[in-house]
Amino acid sequence: MTKKQKKMLTRILGSIALYILGILLPLEEIPLLVLYLAAYFLVGWDVLWCAIRNIFGGQVFDEHFLMAVATIGAFALGDYKEGVAVMLFYQVGELFQSYAVGKSRQSIASLMDIRPDYANIERGGTLEQVDPEEVSVGDVIVVKPGEKIPLDGIIIEGSSSLNTAALTGESAPRDVKPGDEIISGCINLSGLMRVRTSKEFGESTVSKILDLVENSSAKKAKAENFITKFARYYTPAVVFGAVALAVILPFATGISWGDSIRRALIFLVISCPCALVISIPLSFFGGIGGASRQGILVKGGNYLEALAATEMVVFDKTGTLTKGAFQVTETMPQGCTEQQLLELAALAECFSEHPISRSIREAYGGKLDHARVSEVEDYAGFGVSAKVDGRQVLAGNRRLMEREGILCPPVKSMGTVVYLAAGGAYAGYIVISDEVKPDAADAIQKLHSMGVRRNIMLTGDRKDIGEYVAGELGLDEVHAELLPADKVDCVEKLLQQKSARGVLAFVGDGVNDAPVLSRADVGIAMGGLGSDAAIEAADVVLMDDRPSKLSDAIRIAKKTLRIVRQNIVFALGVKLLVLALGAYGMANMWEAVFADVGVAVIAILNASRMLRGVSRET
Amino acid sequence: MKKVFKLIDLDCAHCAQKMEDAINKINGVNKATINFMAMKLTVDAQDDLFESVMDQAVKACKKIEPDCTIQR
Repeated sequence: MTKKQKKMLTRILGSIALYILGILLPLEEIPLLVLYLAAYFLVGWDVLWCAIRNIFGGQVFDEHFLMAVATIGAFALGDYKEGVAVMLFYQVGELFQSYAVGKSRQSIASLMDIRPDYANIERGGTLEQVDPEEVSVGDVIVVKPGEKIPLDGIIIEGSSSLNTAALTGESAPRDVKPGDEIISGCINLSGLMRVRTSKEFGESTVSKILDLVENSSAKKAKAENFITKFARYYTPAVVFGAVALAVILPFATGISWGDSIRRALIFLVISCPCALVISIPLSFFGGIGGASRQGILVKGGNYLEALAATEMVVFDKTGTLTKGAFQVTETMPQGCTEQQLLELAALAECFSEHPISRSIREAYGGKLDHARVSEVEDYAGFGVSAKVDGRQVLAGNRRLMEREGILCPPVKSMGTVVYLAAGGAYAGYIVISDEVKPDAADAIQKLHSMGVRRNIMLTGDRKDIGEYVAGELGLDEVHAELLPADKVDCVEKLLQQKSARGVLAFVGDGVNDAPVLSRADVGIAMGGLGSDAAIEAADVVLMDDRPSKLSDAIRIAKKTLRIVRQNIVFALGVKLLVLALGAYGMANMWEAVFADVGVAVIAILNASRMLRGVSRET
Repeated sequence: MKKVFKLIDLDCAHCAQKMEDAINKINGVNKATINFMAMKLTVDAQDDLFESVMDQAVKACKKIEPDCTIQR
């Protein structure tokens, strides 16, 4: 509790004591009034003061003013007890509200507690702690175990493992060694590292993320805009309603002036839209903060709202559903062992930098003695020929084999097939393909169960490869053999097929699909770590490259929207109910105060579930 | 020019909304947003008018919520 809140609490307790005295002591009319007035002013003087100041400032429909009118009105009607009680209850509610907001602010702050406080810089042989903002590009900083990495950079000395959980939500530590790029915001777990910075603090990942999350409130969701508009009309409408009730009722019906004014006062108490004004943005902000904790950056409440209504998800294949890295997936040796086949291929391809050659060398894994290889010839579009240990080795596609007159069996496989021949005889084949990400199938299934009707894959690959991957992952549709420009057209067509309120989300790796990212209702870039282009172009950035994060994002969005709807319905429902009851003279001040601050506190507590619920699941 | 200011003792979300509206009406402001939860005011205003914009913004906030101050 802050000092301000503690002071308020003492005032409330003092006022309650006076109030109880007033009820218990058998006093005459005048001393009783004095006692109640003392209790009233003790707890409510600041409200009255604010009200007076605001009238001179031209702020009429201010909640302090309305509360002052309502309570003074109660005193004027002779309901001293009620006057004090309403003010007391209001202040208790305000205290609760301020406490709850403070708590939520704290939990949001801890969600975003990735800002580094200092950087270690070596000056004249000693380590100095400086503000990360003072470090320039190219400086060498030292990161000790247990410290946060303050700026993006490249390791020049020392290896360690990093905890990236605060950025990616991924709990397994990442091992790094000299030459690796590391990003700010991660925590150094084990070793001492010297890092050459590659970006200024303002441009570093950690600043970008914080900036994004903090500025997300600029892009307001429809629900937020609705509340803003609503608040603008609600208060004046209720106040005029109150005036109308007070004036018209005594003429229209037989109700006394005292009773009609009492009903009007109830209206005034309920006229503040605070419950909605606080809790709706809080829910969205909580959702965005919680998502960022899981490595999902959402650029605004409007995108959270859109994600929750996702009906179609369009995936890019390479780099999104598949790893985008080629790997040996099948070997079929003929007259030798698998390892011998790989060794032969790796040696023949040992001078090539083609991704396929690289993946063969990786699959072999062992050391390659370049001295064993000679007379290497590269036939573009066919393959290579080389002398390995004096033997003529051919590695390439079917056309190469046919040209050299080597008989080989036809291979039906999803990927690139490399045939091998040694000394003029067929030696087997190796299949290299892009591997599907391990959680891709699971991700698609989760999306289906969340109500995403169509999961669609776009790819520039051959049709049979596309269909094979789609079948393996359980996708609903696949559009293959697309050029980058075709992808935009394809998304355009799909946009026309969706329902009016549905949302089309596009997921890509952010490299060359910026036009599609911006054309889709929600553009989601994957593997955003360190890639500025992706962070710029997309509406939502998944910090690590696992497609299953998408279902997490939609789950968080849905939860946020559910809480928002609950709060709107609950707060408006209670307010309208008490207004209606009040108009018919069936509600008292107590219910009115509950409909005001009580509802606000409950709505805030409900909204803060967003903060707790999400962080617990990480 | 875009600048971020801290709002001290910002307790009332409804007031934050009103302040945001008021600052947006000041001549020279392109866009102003108040983040109630982060207690931050972001002002995007024309460079040459920035100082006068901020003077008016401080006044407007004082009028709406006397307890709350903009830290400049």
